[in-house]
Amino acid sequence: MRDDDTPLGSEIVDAFKAARVGHVAALPDIVTSGGILWRLAEDPFIRLIRLCKEDEGVSICAGLSYCDKRAVLLMQQTGLMDSLNAIRAVGMDYGLPICMAVGLLGKEPDRPASESASYGVRIIEPVLDAMGIDRLSIETSADVARLAPAIDRAYAESRPVVALIGRRIER
Amino acid sequence: MMRRDECFRKLAEHRGEAIVVAAYTSAFEWVAIDPSPLNFVSVGAMGQASSHALGLAIGLPGRRIVVLDGDGSLLMNLGSLVTIAEAGPENLIHFVVENGTYEANGGHPIPGRGRVDFAGFARDAGYPEVHSFDGLNRFSAMLPELLSARGPVFGCLKVEPGPPPEYDYEMLHSPRMRAAFREAIRPFLGGGQ
Repeated sequence: MRDDDTPLGSEIVDAFKAARVGHVAALPDIVTSGGILWRLAEDPFIRLIRLCKEDEGVSICAGLSYCDKRAVLLMQQTGLMDSLNAIRAVGMDYGLPICMAVGLLGKEPDRPASESASYGVRIIEPVLDAMGIDRLSIETSADVARLAPAIDRAYAESRPVVALIGRRIER
Repeated sequence: MMRRDECFRKLAEHRGEAIVVAAYTSAFEWVAIDPSPLNFVSVGAMGQASSHALGLAIGLPGRRIVVLDGDGSLLMNLGSLVTIAEAGPENLIHFVVENGTYEANGGHPIPGRGRVDFAGFARDAGYPEVHSFDGLNRFSAMLPELLSARGPVFGCLKVEPGPPPEYDYEMLHSPRMRAAFREAIRPFLGGGQ
């Protein structure tokens, strides 16, 4: 059952466009698959780069950033965890604007990620905080308004940002 | 078998204004042979050279991007072969320097040394043009064609483990190198998303 204020995929894709994101590197994640990834696959204005592994996306986004091209890496929190060394090196040590949208598989819609019963969800925010990576939570349509400014800020300040998507985006 | 430095000297002769993305041991040797602000060596983590190159190739479709990957590095990111083939950047040339060892980490053998077929990996991943070289004359003769071919092109350079270059990791990761690269490609940026 979907809550009424769950963000629409179109709202999130529109936020990417508002932030002048022209490329999305992605691996399918069931939280964001239906509403975001399938929508992006059909979008004529954003180029979708399908990945075999998430850390590839960190470097692809980095390469694009040198070319003044904005990109987002779309993945599940498992992929985020798998990519931590690349994010550490490329995003933090080098100070590059690696913008990530991360679906939280297993997060309960009625409680914060930090209180999830799922260990894999519960540790995500502390891990990001320990690494000094900016983050924001996207739980409702109202939260989406913070997404484009967060991407703008990441590029302005040349630092990574992670948008944690805590509800399944189905349309 | 070839020597890596000899291969790189030949490549330097034909490089023109290509951007060269080089990984670790290859990067140290390449930068010594052909210093240029169009060298990109800050790949962050082992295995990530090919993915950086893909981002640059997509972002700069009018420029030739040459990757000098290591065999151990590529083994860490074999999926990038499939991702690159799927994305299909026509301006990307991907060389893997196969010496069969983790040269920067004590010279230990890579898994499958002598058995893995990097050219076969690339071919099966979907690279439209794949070559393997174990002689300098043939490599040298084909370089102009490789550098002007419609990519993505893959070339496996079978080389002997060589004398260790100077491992200057501070240079590799220095903000100065990235700033110089950024400045060097600025004239190539065309705007847009």
